[in-house]
Amino acid sequence: MEFFREDHIGFDDTVYAVSELTGHIRELLESSFPGVWVEGEISNFKLHSSGHMYFSLKDSDAMIACVLWKGRSSGLIFKLKDGLRVKIFGKITVFEKYGKYQLDVMQVVPVGEGSLQQAFFELKQKLFEEGLFDEEAKKEIPKYPETIGVVTSPTGAAVRDIINVISRRYPCVNIIIAPVRVQGVGAAREIADAIDSLNHLGCIDVMIVGRGGGSLEDLWAFNEEIVAQAVYNSEVPVVSAVGHEVDFTICDFTADMRAPTPSAAAELVVPDRDALFMQIHSFQESMSGIIYQNIQESKNKIKSISSSYIFRSIENRVKQTIQYVDTLEEKLTSLMMWNLERERLSLEKVSENLEALNPEAILKRGYSITMFKKDGRVVHTGTQLKQGDRIRTKFYKGSAESTVDFVDKED
Amino acid sequence: MKTENMTFEEAFARLESIVEILGSGEVSLEKSLELFEEGMELTGFCSDKLNKAELKIQKLVKEKDELQVEDFE
Repeated sequence: MEFFREDHIGFDDTVYAVSELTGHIRELLESSFPGVWVEGEISNFKLHSSGHMYFSLKDSDAMIACVLWKGRSSGLIFKLKDGLRVKIFGKITVFEKYGKYQLDVMQVVPVGEGSLQQAFFELKQKLFEEGLFDEEAKKEIPKYPETIGVVTSPTGAAVRDIINVISRRYPCVNIIIAPVRVQGVGAAREIADAIDSLNHLGCIDVMIVGRGGGSLEDLWAFNEEIVAQAVYNSEVPVVSAVGHEVDFTICDFTADMRAPTPSAAAELVVPDRDALFMQIHSFQESMSGIIYQNIQESKNKIKSISSSYIFRSIENRVKQTIQYVDTLEEKLTSLMMWNLERERLSLEKVSENLEALNPEAILKRGYSITMFKKDGRVVHTGTQLKQGDRIRTKFYKGSAESTVDFVDKED
Repeated sequence: MKTENMTFEEAFARLESIVEILGSGEVSLEKSLELFEEGMELTGFCSDKLNKAELKIQKLVKEKDELQVEDFE
């Protein structure tokens, strides 16, 4: 076999055993590519019954075999399949027995977010068909919650934002934070478990599930099916607050309400306490106004009747009626003062113009409040009293105690 | 329902409807005074509820599969 003699000139004449040569190749390849990024399209994807994944990564001119061992595949945040463009970090290993080399995959990242987008749309379509986004299944968010659950990272910006907004707007609730990791391997499981746990507590009126902004990959836990199922199965209404305004996740679609950001979620779940105080105050004012008006109208009516000629003959009854209306007015005044005293204490901190309604001002005008001495109950009508009752009368300044001698029960 | 047994939401809703009824002018003076008295009691109740509750921040902890809440630092 001397035909190719010239071709050998200048080459080593050593003869290797196959395994020896392969061993050298292995050493060369493995030491040259102990960790390398490579980008391409997945093809021939196979999930083996053992849980290991085998596929090829290719471009238009070449192809490389890849293996993703089961232990590492659990960290995948999306499904691998043929046609996806991915970036893989791995090391080259040589499979000596068959003289093959392959890429031992350590990390897979989608390219241009296209892969994640695709996975997102597929899951969204699936869950939509399963009814997880149905409007009829959505629960109402309570208007005035007492206990609010928050599923998020205990160290993130989201939890701070939520606490800040609630302490400013409605500092009269109990917030229970269920601390979870919001990204990375196992985050989705933790989020789903936390939603279940808050349900088991039994005292949560509404919960916020979310995190601050990040890349699509960072937000991915909120796109996983187990989170969607936990949100859907939650008895407690869920407000989803993932990322920024522009980020939409599967969790958002499944939740009973979506908030554009964690701060916005906090604004949605609690009312504004100061506004409520103001509203309560305005209810008081309109009620008082209406009642005074009603009484004045009745008085005027009686006056006009009493001055008419026909009713002179029954003057006594008319007088009684006037007296009745006067009693009502007194009753009203004492009621108002009693309530205003309570209100004064509670409204002081929010209502600066309440001074005008200060019961002291009313007392100053010469009105007084009469109470039972024994329990301090306000006496609204003479009929509540009987001879011998001890009563206390409160004036603008000071008070007096007295005993009832005579009660005119005439109404 | 007795005011003291009401939730804030129920009390507030009742208050709103009392103001509405009073405003409609369709009740007698006697009845309007009754409503007024109830309304005043409700405003006191609602303000008290808002005032008395304090902000409490806690966290959920799972110990040996048992759920507990403790103070959030």
